[in-house]
Amino acid sequence: MMSLDFIWQTFLRLLAALPLTIEVWFLSIVFGGFVAAGVTWMRVSGILPLSLFARAFIFIFRGSPLLIQLFVIYYGLPSLPFVRHSFLWTFLREPFYCAVLSLALCTAGYTSEIFRGALAAVPRGQVEAARACGMSGFLLFRRIILPIAMRQGLPAYSTEIISMTKATALVSMVTLWDVLNVALKIRNDTLITYTPLLVAGAIYFVLNYILARFFVWLEFVVSPHLRRRLH
Amino acid sequence: MNSSAPTAITVSNMHKTFGQLEVLRGISLTAHEGDVISILGSSGSGKSTFLRCINLLETPDEGVVTVAGETIEMKRRADGHSVPASQSQVDRIRSRLGMVFQNFNLWSHMTILENLIEAPVHVQKRPKAECVEEAKALLAKVGIDDKANHYPSHLSGGQQQRAAIARALAMHPSVMLFDEPTSALDPELVGEVLRVMRSLAEEGRTMLVVTHEMGFAREVSNHVMFLHQGLVEAEGAPRDLFGDGATDRFRKFISGQANPAN
Repeated sequence: MMSLDFIWQTFLRLLAALPLTIEVWFLSIVFGGFVAAGVTWMRVSGILPLSLFARAFIFIFRGSPLLIQLFVIYYGLPSLPFVRHSFLWTFLREPFYCAVLSLALCTAGYTSEIFRGALAAVPRGQVEAARACGMSGFLLFRRIILPIAMRQGLPAYSTEIISMTKATALVSMVTLWDVLNVALKIRNDTLITYTPLLVAGAIYFVLNYILARFFVWLEFVVSPHLRRRLH
Repeated sequence: MNSSAPTAITVSNMHKTFGQLEVLRGISLTAHEGDVISILGSSGSGKSTFLRCINLLETPDEGVVTVAGETIEMKRRADGHSVPASQSQVDRIRSRLGMVFQNFNLWSHMTILENLIEAPVHVQKRPKAECVEEAKALLAKVGIDDKANHYPSHLSGGQQQRAAIARALAMHPSVMLFDEPTSALDPELVGEVLRVMRSLAEEGRTMLVVTHEMGFAREVSNHVMFLHQGLVEAEGAPRDLFGDGATDRFRKFISGQANPAN
């Protein structure tokens, strides 16, 4: 039966699982962001082996289902003896790290393409103007290319960040007690079919609403040049 | 030309090839301080490429550029291509050559004032407060001091080009390079940019101007170069070149410019 009290109790139990969901999400976008930056750099480096490696990375992690990637890392890697006997085993035997690793690699595949697109869209003339002023190398990248690329990549990047909160629900498949897994357990224990799922869905919804508003605000703050002039 | 004044910039025997196409086939130029040299030519004559090779936005295949006595060192790569020997020297020389582009190329994410102080602060490492003061004075000089805190996209084309000229001036360049500075402007905005350029010429700035503005070439510059198919077809003082000294090809060129519809 669907009483208000049951909804409230479910909500409290799911809320207690929210920190794990957020932790997996946060760590995977941070690590994924670093990996993506590296992959983007390789992709645009102009050095053929690096560029091919980056293409292969993007092809694999963007081209296959995240759930398969997660299972390969969680079930597949430990079956390799050299993995079990290396320092990696300290991490890979923990479902938490397997989940973070696979989410990070997957988002890195998408994010590196977002980064690449953002870099490619930096107007050539503005880069040329910076060169003509005596800028080159890291100074040129830091002062001109990166700020322009960042603003251009932000809308696509925010979509990726938001879709990652939903992707974290897959970690319930590798025994982590995230929001979805707790909801599934309540469902099993009580045989109440919909309520736990709906409450869980509402939590993801609110989380993503907050994120979406945050990115709208961020875009507004960093793009005064795209706003209509107020004075 | 002010041949008594010290030499500001010399370019000798500049060659540039894009694939099969020989765009520059050996062009030389000497500008003394205070010279205003207009570089004319029809589309494809190599005039913009020549200007872009001077500050190495294009890498010339051959040719020597000397700015205020310092020669840009080049070296040959293993594949035979000519490349600058030292990026830091290129950066240093570029900061002495103020470049103004056809499409302004102001940095879109910065205000006009930030555009002006960017290179002085980060390339020349001058104190920010000093750069801000100077930038405001430059904006007043080009007549857009009220736009200091606006973004480039909020300005008209003519205002953006004046801001871009001020940005180039903020580096204290020894030579100003103008690459068709009025070609992207609506006709009614051309005048305000030309007025600024004329005032720079009058205060004795050394300027190399690639342009289609015959009036500017004739009245403001003290030397005119006419390029045709990658070579200097004719050059000299404007009164000679536009007068009796005109070659047939130049005569044809200026009559075409006067009636661009034809």
